[in-house]
Amino acid sequence: MNAYAISPLARGLETFGAWALGLLWLLPLAYACWTAFHPSAYSTNFTLTAPLTLANFVKAWQAAPFARYFVNTVILVTMVLAAQLVLVTLAAYAFARFDFPGRNVAFALVLVQLMVMPDVLIVENYRTMTQLGIKDTILSIGLPYMASAFGIFLLRQTFKTVPRELDEAARVEGCSPLQTLWKVYVPLAKPTYIAYALVSISYHWNNFLWPLIITNSVESRPVTVGLQVFSATDQGIDWSIISAATLMTTGPLLIAFLLFQRQFVQSFIRAGIR
Amino acid sequence: MTRTREWVYAWLLLLPAATLLALFTHYPAIANLWHSFLSTPKAARPAKFIGLENYHALVDDPIFWQALTNNLWYALGTIPLSIGIALAMALWVNRRLPGRGFLRLAYFTPTVLPMIAVANIWLFFYTPGYGLLEQITHALGFGSHNWLGSPSTALPALMVVTIWKESGFFMIFYLAALQSMSPHLAEAAAIEGASRAYFFRRVTFPLLMPTTLFVLVNAVINAFRLVDHIVVMTRGGPDNATSLLLYYIYEIGFRFWDSSYAAALTMVLLVLLGAVALFQFFFLERRTHYQ
Repeated sequence: MNAYAISPLARGLETFGAWALGLLWLLPLAYACWTAFHPSAYSTNFTLTAPLTLANFVKAWQAAPFARYFVNTVILVTMVLAAQLVLVTLAAYAFARFDFPGRNVAFALVLVQLMVMPDVLIVENYRTMTQLGIKDTILSIGLPYMASAFGIFLLRQTFKTVPRELDEAARVEGCSPLQTLWKVYVPLAKPTYIAYALVSISYHWNNFLWPLIITNSVESRPVTVGLQVFSATDQGIDWSIISAATLMTTGPLLIAFLLFQRQFVQSFIRAGIR
Repeated sequence: MTRTREWVYAWLLLLPAATLLALFTHYPAIANLWHSFLSTPKAARPAKFIGLENYHALVDDPIFWQALTNNLWYALGTIPLSIGIALAMALWVNRRLPGRGFLRLAYFTPTVLPMIAVANIWLFFYTPGYGLLEQITHALGFGSHNWLGSPSTALPALMVVTIWKESGFFMIFYLAALQSMSPHLAEAAAIEGASRAYFFRRVTFPLLMPTTLFVLVNAVINAFRLVDHIVVMTRGGPDNATSLLLYYIYEIGFRFWDSSYAAALTMVLLVLLGAVALFQFFFLERRTHYQ
């Protein structure tokens, strides 16, 4: 919309509005940072000369097994993503390039998961995990999410754009369907894989309700549930320490986001437009 | 490959995903319906068929109705505002604005943070007598108010958190749509003498309609799916003023351990989500062609 000559007043007002909103949006985070990096005496006292400290982080780290929680989350996220990539690739390939009876029905059944997500089937999935005897394990947190309808859909779209000629050429060269998938389709879908991976990682790093329900021990709790257990049990409501713990748990994701900002945004766009 | 071999091959490729989907999406949805007709097994009494009794209890349960009404108000309060803000954000950062990159980052950052962490931050923000909000209202000469502690302001206070968290996410989709829009449209409109407001109303906004519908469906799903902040900030209180449907299911199912009543409640949620799916099918899929 650069064709329009905007009056300086309107432009100024808009810039002001955009910045006011941006600062407002950062305010809660800035506040958490302030509290976390200052002694608790200064947590609501905004003196610019207040001494900076890392003591809150040290205290939070020592007060709860955060190291273990981080390990659990990393295992969870890696496991879910690895399983998703394999399952989703195979299923998407079948839907994109094979003609078989029941394909449309099967695809519709896959799409059901876009609405009926594991997030809302907590009661029944808890029952299933109990019956399988894997309650309170990292596997039980990830299992319901591994066959991702969203991933299948996304990748099927991408695979469909691969020219048939490439596929046929590979077959003529003597490639089996799986080799064709690996040598032709997967390399061409790399941007989609990256997009999907980023969305999946941030989703499972942040997931909370299901892990809260299904886990019950330090050995399996991801960092989100760990944070909740930590701040809900009476810490003498020391907000400095809670803020430090909060920043700590989001830290890796936030840093990754700041480093790969462009990719993140592009990925969410790519994943969203389906 | 022969036809039959190709069929077998395709189904083998599908098998792993299909098994897990059946086990953790289709089976639980159906089992949930069945379990909603049973009584909750207790130590001495196994579950038995009780027909619609759970649903009768549900109709008579004032907390269920409150959770449902809360959820509808929550959806009504958060969705239009977050979509409106998202659109404004996208229009702004799509323009040549000083500090555009920074603003885009500021708007989007809440989206990548876990809701649970964000809720902790906002909990502190709202703390009576101590939090930042109180400090601001005090400085402006207003009295103290327990935002999360009084039934009239608790739900709106949670809505603010949701709007703050989701607007940046929706902005991304608008931004993508705006960037794919041809600049010639604006040039042509400017030559024809259309005002900016007119151009937005008659050209930009209608062209953004598919995006708006897409965002709308996502926002509705999220309004029924995401209750992490309630666990942290209010636990459904005070007096169930902030209990949303999924949170109530969680409470019934995992704090009172009444799994069959929780199953009946889940059915309500599934019906609501089904309605969203039908809406999406009739209004969204018709306009966009994937094939």
